[in-house]
Amino acid sequence: MADVLVTTDWVAQHSKDANVRIVEVDVDTTAYDQGHVPGAAGWNWTTELCDTLVRDIIPIKKLEELLGKSGIDNKTTIVLYGDNNNWFAAWAFWQLKMYGHADVKIMDGGRKKWVAESRELSTDKPSFAPKTYKANGPDTSLRAFLPEVQQASAGRKAGLVDVRSPAEFTGEILAPPGLPETCQRGGHIPGAKNIPWGKNCNDDGTFKSVDELKSLYSTQGIAADQPVIAYCRIGERSSLTWFVLKYLLGFQNVKNYDGSWTEWGNLVGAPVEKP
Amino acid sequence: MNAEGYRKRRQELAGWSIEIESYKFGEIYYCTINNVDPGARFARAEGPTREDAEAGALQKAERYLSQTRRFTTTR
Repeated sequence: MADVLVTTDWVAQHSKDANVRIVEVDVDTTAYDQGHVPGAAGWNWTTELCDTLVRDIIPIKKLEELLGKSGIDNKTTIVLYGDNNNWFAAWAFWQLKMYGHADVKIMDGGRKKWVAESRELSTDKPSFAPKTYKANGPDTSLRAFLPEVQQASAGRKAGLVDVRSPAEFTGEILAPPGLPETCQRGGHIPGAKNIPWGKNCNDDGTFKSVDELKSLYSTQGIAADQPVIAYCRIGERSSLTWFVLKYLLGFQNVKNYDGSWTEWGNLVGAPVEKP
Repeated sequence: MNAEGYRKRRQELAGWSIEIESYKFGEIYYCTINNVDPGARFARAEGPTREDAEAGALQKAERYLSQTRRFTTTR
């Protein structure tokens, strides 16, 4: 197993290690409040991992505060997991790498697997001795902004991977069923290939084998020796695909376009391809 | 305490494929509902029995799904 992945067994054995901090990351903390891995911190993607004024990643000072109050210093091994198939845990992983944290891992299978295995849960909110955290960056080589995506689309200069569902890709729907529509137009960025995030995972939420993942991307013409940009609707599903490409398959030049369809699909004059 | 009795099943609701997950923790049953594709959780509820939790979540899910529009995929 890649050294950025740990199993649920590993977490059960190491969650109380002094240099390890388990963190549940969800779009909100409702699931965390209902019961979480004992000793885990809970991070709210909406309010704690994003800038709540400007649409942006969390500012460096806020990240340092969040990590410090979670009892994390620069040498801590951070193990992330969450609901929604680890989507928001992958976002946290991406951000932590942008800010230079060395040792971050994801619990393979996420919250779903932990619960399905009838493992221990706790509703206790742990208190952590505050630590001082010094972040670096952000490393924007891991993040694609709109101008770069526009150039990649127009010049077919990078592999654009749309990780949304086929119905979102074709424009049949504007958001995942049951969720609010967040764009004015449906479809996809011209030149993008549709490789839904779920193709990276097995039914229990764990990642597929490296051989299976290599085959998935190579058959779609996405190669390790080309620049790749992944996107979805708000950047969390594409964080998971970014994680797969960069850390499980070793792609050197892969970026997450967190502006994603909520940016592109609302831009006046932006070209849209459909179906 | 441990989570108990995790179950997962799929069904159609309001014209969409959904996945219903439920489990017990302590004296409470929790239910979450995801769309099958792409797999996002969009409704949840809890209750004293599995049936109560699922009924509450399904009621919310049906309401949310009824607001999802389908568009033609040609220009």
